[in-house]
Amino acid sequence: MDSSLKQYLDLYDANKELVNTNSAGVLNVCREQARELLDGMTLPNRRTADYEKSPIGEWFAPDRGVNLARVAIPVNLAATLRCGVPNMTPLQAFVVNDEFTASRNNSFPAGVTMMSLRRAAEEYPELVARYYGKIAAMTPMRALNDLLAQDGVFIHIAKDVILERPLQLINILSAPFSLTVTRRVLIVLEENSQLQLLTCDHTQDQTHDYLINQTVEVAMGRNARFDLCEIEESSMNTTRVSSVTVDQAENSEFGLTSVTLTCGKTRNDYVVNLRGTNAVATLNGMAINSDNRHVDNCTHVNHLAPRCRSNQLFKYVVDDDSSGVFEGEILVTEQAPFTEAYQTNRNIIASPSARMHATPRLLIYNDDVKCSHGATTGQLDNDALFYMQTRGIPAADARVMLMQAFMVDVIDNVKIDGLRDRLRHLVDRRFAGENFCDGCNLQSKNQ
Amino acid sequence: MKDILLEIKNLHASVEGKEILKGVNLTVREGEVHAIMGPNGSGKSTLSEVLAGNPVFTVTEGSVDFHGVNLLELPPENRAHEGLFLSFQYPVEIPGVSMVNFMRAAVNAKRKYLGEQPIGAGDFLKMMRQKRAIVELDNKLASRSVNEGFSGGEKKRNEIFQMAVLEPRLSILDETDSGLDIDALRVVAGGVNALKSENNATIVITHYQRLLDYIKPDIVHILYKGRIVHTGGPELALELEERGYDWIKQQIDQE
Repeated sequence: MDSSLKQYLDLYDANKELVNTNSAGVLNVCREQARELLDGMTLPNRRTADYEKSPIGEWFAPDRGVNLARVAIPVNLAATLRCGVPNMTPLQAFVVNDEFTASRNNSFPAGVTMMSLRRAAEEYPELVARYYGKIAAMTPMRALNDLLAQDGVFIHIAKDVILERPLQLINILSAPFSLTVTRRVLIVLEENSQLQLLTCDHTQDQTHDYLINQTVEVAMGRNARFDLCEIEESSMNTTRVSSVTVDQAENSEFGLTSVTLTCGKTRNDYVVNLRGTNAVATLNGMAINSDNRHVDNCTHVNHLAPRCRSNQLFKYVVDDDSSGVFEGEILVTEQAPFTEAYQTNRNIIASPSARMHATPRLLIYNDDVKCSHGATTGQLDNDALFYMQTRGIPAADARVMLMQAFMVDVIDNVKIDGLRDRLRHLVDRRFAGENFCDGCNLQSKNQ
Repeated sequence: MKDILLEIKNLHASVEGKEILKGVNLTVREGEVHAIMGPNGSGKSTLSEVLAGNPVFTVTEGSVDFHGVNLLELPPENRAHEGLFLSFQYPVEIPGVSMVNFMRAAVNAKRKYLGEQPIGAGDFLKMMRQKRAIVELDNKLASRSVNEGFSGGEKKRNEIFQMAVLEPRLSILDETDSGLDIDALRVVAGGVNALKSENNATIVITHYQRLLDYIKPDIVHILYKGRIVHTGGPELALELEERGYDWIKQQIDQE
């Protein structure tokens, strides 16, 4: 038993009542099983496969404090946050740490539910229980999430409902002290439904350490369509461990855009299970990394049924002393003939002390497949730099333009209208050294 | 006689320790068109890249005076702002950077250098339109990424288009005729001629006489083994076309 994990188990053992009282039955019934499993588990360390560069155990070691009693943390949302994306009018909600607050003036169309997970577990226990904990694989982080999750977000799109406006979740880590947050998200798209979701992760201030352990489970019914865009703009003092697991039924289509603009230490796991025939998954990701920030994206695309297609494109620019990690896996099982699966990872190392680690992986247990993977890591094109300079563009500006250009195809793949322009703008600003979205006054305080 | 625009004295340059330019001397005056010819590997492209400031090359000796400015101590972008333009033999493709953004960045960088305000959107588009017409460059290309997917002819036209926008005092055209059909050659040369004035000058680097039928040089130099070994009038180009380079090689190699 590593001491890093033990402190959380001890905390739980001593406060079971408190944890349960401040949550809901559906979540509570999973805790004991998780507790038992955790006795035989350790958090990943530098010798754990796929975690060599992201020793989660070390990240969880500091005793930051856990808000089990759910002491109210005063955040004046109106005063601290406004978020405007031109040409996009999402239905917004805020999540402060793990606590959900809908925007007051939102009214969701019939068949669309976005609410606190705890409340959903109380109001629709059967529905929540049908999916909660049934999708994500049982990793130590998932078990720890089961153990301590008290609230989070529940999104449900009813059968045949096509939501025209995107949903936006603005996730804020905020507390006047350091904090470990356990957040749980459950998203259910019934048959023939469609959803676009934008999540923006921010930190309220720079001074305190935050750790977020987030588990997101997504169930997609037949013919459902889900576009998810995750944008992280958190502080250097933020540690993020997040996993998104998507179960896809036949003919469903999932699109992901993962964007790490700023962070402290981030580990994102994206697991896609293509369980029904003809399901399609497109995973795009970018990380813009500077200072001594760390971004690790790990994908598992599991082809479990015939005739599914998947495509992955992940791009990184690592500058200064930062490090980037990409572990990308495609698994094609015996049950998945006629699979098409592609993976591309391209990286630019912009400084001599920046580091990039790429592990592309193809596991194919089937002959009838079209698969490819490729990873390239290099530097900015010196010929292009010189060419631009001869036209009068200063070297520093030319570098920024080339780095922006490098991310263009990831941005072009974003399916949410209005967001592409915004993202282009955010990426341009990030590379130009002006961090953060100017549609939001929160980030101006961030670094 | 017109003022001297460019004066190269005893220029030596090397790449990876290998000396390519071994003492080039060249004087270009305003309003002149110079042709630099020579066999392959004689240092023609190196000369143009050294003048433009390619960091791959190291200048080991000599000086370059550009209308009173010590060219060699400037970074490439400032050489451009001072009025030097290089039309590349192989223009670089830059995926993801649109021609429009590229040119706007170039124009505004120069304006900033000169202490001027950035160009207005309307004025910029108007200028782009006018300059495109000079080389019959398709509007479609302007919205694409820099040189990406351009044909050989389109790339060369694009070079002259950029030259038209930047209005240099000295243009160096490095093998601008290579990879061009006759029609494209006519258009490109027509563009260069249209941009000629009393106050600017052009250096045409070419292996063949063909381009010089369209862009008439005042002075023709032969570069061989990193030095200018012979200088003459337009008739020298014709003589090279007729006799090839062997006679000059023999003459120099015997010395």
